[in-house]
Amino acid sequence: MFDDFFIRALVAGIGIALVTGPLGCFVIWRRLSFFAGTLAHSSLLGVTLAFSFDINISFSVLLISSALALILLKLQKSTKLPNDALLGLLAHSSLAIGLVVIGFLSYIRFDIMGLLFGDILAVNKRDLLVIWIGGAIILLILKIIWKPLFASTVNYELAEAEGMKPEKINVVFTILMAALIAISIKMVGILLITGMLIIPAAMARNLANNPKQMIIISIIGGLLAVVLGLYSSLQFNSASGPSIITAALVLFILSMFNIKKLKQLKK
Amino acid sequence: MSLNNNILVKLENTGVMLDNKWLVKGVSLEVKKGKIVTLIGPNGSGKSTTAKIALGIYKNIEGKVEKFTDKIGYVPQKISIDWTLPIRVSDFMLLTENLTNDEINNALKLTGVDHLKNNDLRNLSGGEFQRVLIARAISKKPDLLVLDEPVQGVDFKGELALYELIKEISEKLGCGILLISHDLHVVMSATDHVLCLNGHVCCSGTPQAVVKDSKYKELFGDRASTILSVYEHDHDHTHSPDGTIETKK
Repeated sequence: MFDDFFIRALVAGIGIALVTGPLGCFVIWRRLSFFAGTLAHSSLLGVTLAFSFDINISFSVLLISSALALILLKLQKSTKLPNDALLGLLAHSSLAIGLVVIGFLSYIRFDIMGLLFGDILAVNKRDLLVIWIGGAIILLILKIIWKPLFASTVNYELAEAEGMKPEKINVVFTILMAALIAISIKMVGILLITGMLIIPAAMARNLANNPKQMIIISIIGGLLAVVLGLYSSLQFNSASGPSIITAALVLFILSMFNIKKLKQLKK
Repeated sequence: MSLNNNILVKLENTGVMLDNKWLVKGVSLEVKKGKIVTLIGPNGSGKSTTAKIALGIYKNIEGKVEKFTDKIGYVPQKISIDWTLPIRVSDFMLLTENLTNDEINNALKLTGVDHLKNNDLRNLSGGEFQRVLIARAISKKPDLLVLDEPVQGVDFKGELALYELIKEISEKLGCGILLISHDLHVVMSATDHVLCLNGHVCCSGTPQAVVKDSKYKELFGDRASTILSVYEHDHDHTHSPDGTIETKK
């Protein structure tokens, strides 16, 4: 059944939505949306390196994104620059280096649009394996570190005082983010992965009243966005990645209406 | 535990320097099982910093900290919950420990906020939130409780009740308590050991010894040294409306 490109796209998208749901909630809670964008920008460099040395794209993106994340953690400690300045510095310099390297690789035909916005319809069976196995590992680790991660998200000092080791957990979480970007970059693209992380989680925030509920709603929202987006891209012949994000946005807007109605009812 | 005389945490000549300024310096103290150690001192004297040194929150410190337990309950002085995080009181209770429903209910009942269990944490009043913080810290039955101004914003009646509770818990669980408080009355009546801080340790000892210390009087004024007399039972005096003492006869 995976011979149909559309089914492959659907299965890949569902796999990614299952992981972006919970991670997206943490991105919102920890105010990391710009950080997620920075990691995604750096992945272009990862992709070009993969082509240069003929290694697996996901592996090389994971390597570069993790390295960048660790550099960021180091810089945060050793400079007095604010976080957003550091993120901007890393995001755009790694993007620039990536583009410079692409220039040197003139013998390879690059689908820049595909890199930026993803090409979910070109997903092959091996990509599916990477997404589902990688995704399962990410979710498993997330489940293991859930308590300390959540505790240090709520309050860093409290977590530190009560032995939750937030510094180590930060590093693990950062690598999980890098891993997510590595497995999903080919599908969703550099510019849109942040949207996939944030928009369903933001929608969930409008509807949830406790953390676990927000994660579940965020996953459901992501799944709906993938299904709706892919079907409409088939229907209207629109680009698949942007269609998914647009579908997520529509869901977000609907969730806003829901809240207003509830408030009116209460009055 | 018996090897180190029931010591839970021990600070030896510790200090923290931030941006070339000592936040606090030369602090030595130890908290033993079943004992209450209190830090007093003016604003900015390093009380919270000392507590954070004991908790291991500060990494680059002078001196030596030894912890002999991992079961710690902490009530921080300030905590703000981000509005992006939907979190109920019951979720917050489970932050660092796995508790049964009964354990959560009991702890919340002890601090008088069991009716708020399903409320959003950010909709609580200041006093209610303090009560939840204390409930969370004691619910995990810690060996060491670190309480940084635990009753701030709590109403007068509740304040006394909560201090009673804290004392009761230390006796029942046999845990050690490191307490920071501005309420000298309570400090002097319920504490085993007092450290008076002002960037360094000004004086320390039993409450009885500390009130008599001239440095304590310098720091808190003459009125403060009369505090203990309230608790020394012999009511040989009455208080005039402005609080000064009038000797009987």
